[in-house]
This record gives sequence, structure tokens and C-alpha cells, in this order.
Amino acid sequence: MDDFLLRALLGGLGVALAAGPLGTFIIWRRMAYFGDTLAHSGLLGVVLGAVLHINPQLGVVLTCLLVALALVLLQRQRGLATDTLLGILAHATLSLGLVALAFLETVRVDLVGYLFGDILAINVSDLYWIWGGGLLALAALAGLWRPLLAITVHEELARVEGVAVFPVRLAFMLLIALVIAVAMKVVGILLITSLLIIPAAAARRFAHSPEGMAALASLFGSAAVGLGLWASLRWDTPAGPSVVIAATTLFALGFVVPAKSRR
Amino acid sequence: MSNRIEELPRAEMAARTISEARRTMPAEPLLTVENVNLAIRGNPILRDVSFRVTAGEIVALIGPNGAGKSTLARVALGLMRADSGRVWRKPGARVGYMPQRLVVDDALPLSVRRFVTLGTPASREQVREALVEVGAAHTLDAPVQAISGGELQRVLLARALLREPELLVLDEPIQGVDVNGQYELYDLISGLRQRRGCGILMVSHELHLVMAATDHVLCLNRHVCCSGHPDHVARDPAYLELFGLDGARHLAIYHHHHNHRHDLHGAVVESAEDGAHG
Repeated sequence: MDDFLLRALLGGLGVALAAGPLGTFIIWRRMAYFGDTLAHSGLLGVVLGAVLHINPQLGVVLTCLLVALALVLLQRQRGLATDTLLGILAHATLSLGLVALAFLETVRVDLVGYLFGDILAINVSDLYWIWGGGLLALAALAGLWRPLLAITVHEELARVEGVAVFPVRLAFMLLIALVIAVAMKVVGILLITSLLIIPAAAARRFAHSPEGMAALASLFGSAAVGLGLWASLRWDTPAGPSVVIAATTLFALGFVVPAKSRR
Repeated sequence: MSNRIEELPRAEMAARTISEARRTMPAEPLLTVENVNLAIRGNPILRDVSFRVTAGEIVALIGPNGAGKSTLARVALGLMRADSGRVWRKPGARVGYMPQRLVVDDALPLSVRRFVTLGTPASREQVREALVEVGAAHTLDAPVQAISGGELQRVLLARALLREPELLVLDEPIQGVDVNGQYELYDLISGLRQRRGCGILMVSHELHLVMAATDHVLCLNRHVCCSGHPDHVARDPAYLELFGLDGARHLAIYHHHHNHRHDLHGAVVESAEDGAHG
């Protein structure tokens, strides 16, 4: 196997492992559009990274947090629904990123790579980022698991039972930002949400516990990465989108295979 | 009307256990709400509301829709901040809460057992015991989305009980429960404070049932219209105005047949012939 292909596979697997469990929570908490909005702001983060001379991934994490904060502030004014606010933030930040990029004449940025991913160009330092960030996200999620599950089911009940709701929610947003920063190289800003929610959605029919669903989501995501890369190699298709199509195929197959369900 | 009244010994039973509770339990305050005011977007929801819940006591909040009952319960729990006034809970008190509405997303595979232990880690056997106590043991391994509304109410109560609460706050605890189940659940709730000695704050609009199991009624319509023992409240003109004659009759049905009297402050005074029923 070629080196670049091995790196692509390792990078993709690292992202899939972390995205699975996080994606289940995004589904349970109905935050798919929220994740998408943060991802859209990723390009602005890359530009920010270039301007501040910091790592682009760090720039993405920072920008995601700023957008999350902006959303919280905007939600205070009543009258507009959250999905409207998310729609505004998503496209405003993406456009801002594109415009800011045009001003950075000295910086060369692979725009298509950032938008749709460039999994075949993953280098060793990317791998460190992906696995380091991914494992960190998984460990943090494991620590947050119980209180996060409790506030996902009923926030006020959890609060009465002693869960510090705000820090837990904040930590969860931070994890989403981290995984977006980590996954950007693999599937790109515009497709990141798919890697978070499609494997998790595919896992639902076969899962009987929250943890089981999270593990299955990681498994399906990893399978999608393998299949997508293989298809990309076989038919010379763009790698990132191929991974997404592979995940979607697994999701669709889930409806054909009879689930061993208790329900 | 009087012959209907005598068919219902349940009320007597409840009333007597209340007097027993009053006699045996030391009145340790668990929750004190003083002069609470709250407006939401300029709209006054609570005006100068005060009450307290002591150990072994059941306090009911009744009132029409929009009277601020659930809001008051949430203020009492610290989930909402009052604009002015004081809310005090016994420091470190374990609180059990049964929210009015709880819907678990279908995308979350969660069994009743896992749901119940979200608030308090517990063994399978402990969970089973709690479910047995509320009459929902058969739901132990069912997906929490697959059980009925009435079963969910019982499961929520089991989750609250697993915390061994000192203070229980129940928001419309019997909604979705069928009529027989309602009596059962009220008997269970009124039994709790004796078995466990916890104080209970209960929001309900099911007047007749509330009255059967309550020590102290707070009749709320954004302010406290009247409060006191159910008997006392039932005769209050403010109550009659709020609930009409129909509501008054509900109370009368349950409290006409006395086995105790009240002093001038509405507190229970024991009467000599206490053993009127078997």
C-alpha cells in the first residue's frame, strides 16, 4: 500500500472513531444544524490562524467557540428561532471566511481542500493532530458521558439532581469544535457534519443502549472510511465525498437488513 | 349530596393519616418561599407568594391554567430566579423532582432501567425495588419511549425516589394516569411521607384527588388567593370564585365527613371519635 494511502486510512479512521460517539450526542440533542454551522465557520478559522500565525486547527477551534458564543448571545433576543439564527451564522461566517481569504494575498490556501477535504494529502503532522485531538475528544466525552446523557434526556431534571448544566454544555461545544478542527482535513468544512451524523444515524436501528450506539457509530464510520477510500482508488473519485457516500450507503443498507430489535 | 359523601371513606383515611403525621413528625422546614415576585417579559406571573414545606408534609399548589403553579415550583427548585423575595432550601437536602413533561428522543436507545439511574447510580436490584414501589416493575427493561404516559409518571417517581429525597417536588404527578391508577398513585404519594418522612410539594389541577392527600393547599392565581387545610380552603370565598361551585363540591365530597376539627388558624385539632371507619 502506498504511504499516502496508509496515512489517509489512518487519518480517516482517527476521525471516524472520535466522530461516532460525538455524533450520537449531536443526534440525540438535535444539534445537527449547530454542528454544520460551526463547520461552516471553519474557513474563517483557517484565515484567523494565518493572520495570527497560529496553527490553522487552533484557529478553527477558536472561531467555532466564538460562533457558539455569538449564538448564545443571539438566542437571548426572542422572536427568531434558533434554526434561523444558525442559518444566518453559518452562511455569514462562510462568506466572511471566503472574503477574508481574498484579502490574504500573501497566504496561499487550498480552498477546495478546505471545503471538501483532502484526505490523500494528509501528512504525518496531520496524523498527530487527528489522533491526538481525536483521542482527547474521546477521553473527554467519556468523562462527560453521564452528566451529558442526563441533560440530554431532561436538562432541568438533571439540574435538580445536581448536574452543573452550563459547564457540561460548554465542554460539549468545545468537543464539537475540536472534532471539526480535526476532521476538516479529511472531509472538508462542507461535509464534516455528515461524518458526525450519518454513521450515528445508521447505528440507531441496531443499538439497545447509548454506549452501544456510540460504539456502532465509530464502527460504521470506520467502515465508511475504508470503503470510501477503496472506491476512490478503484474509480478515481474524490476521496472525501466518496467516504460520505459510503457512509450513506451503509445507512441505507441498515433499512434492508432486519434489525435484531427489541422494539 | 350527603349519601354520596359517605361512600368515600378514602378521604377520612387520608385526613387521619395527616393528623398522625402532624403529631409524630417534628416540623423541620425543608423549603421556605417568602414574598416571591416574578414577571416574565413584563407580565407578572407571581405576586408576593409565600409558603413553606416541612418534613412529612404535603403541600399542594392548585389553581387555573396560567396561574403560575409550575413556575412557582420551578422557582422553589432554583430552576428559575425570582425578581424579588427569598427562596430557601435546607442546605444539602436531597431533592427529587418529577417534571411535568418529559419526552425522550426516539433516536436515543434508553431502557427504563438506564433512565432511572441517570440521576443516581444504582444496581439493577435497587432499580427493581424502586419500580416495584411505584407499581411499574414490568417496565424495567423496556425502552423508555415504549411505555405509556401513566407508566412514565410512575417511572419518573421511581427515579425521584431512588435519590431517597428529603424534599419531593411533583409537577402534575398523575397526568396521563387512568382513573384507578390516579387513586393508587395518590395513596402511594401520601404514604411516602410517612414511610420516608419527606416533605412533598405537589402541583395539580385534579382538585378532588389533591384534596384527599394534602395537608396544606395553596390556591394560586398569580398571587395566593387562599391557603390552609383543604377544609379551610374549600370554604374560602376566593376559592369559590376561582373554581366555582363545581370545584367547591369536589372538596366537600372529600371533607364533609370529618374525623377532626380545626382551630382558628386552620390547624388540625384531634376529635375524640377517631375510629369511625374500619
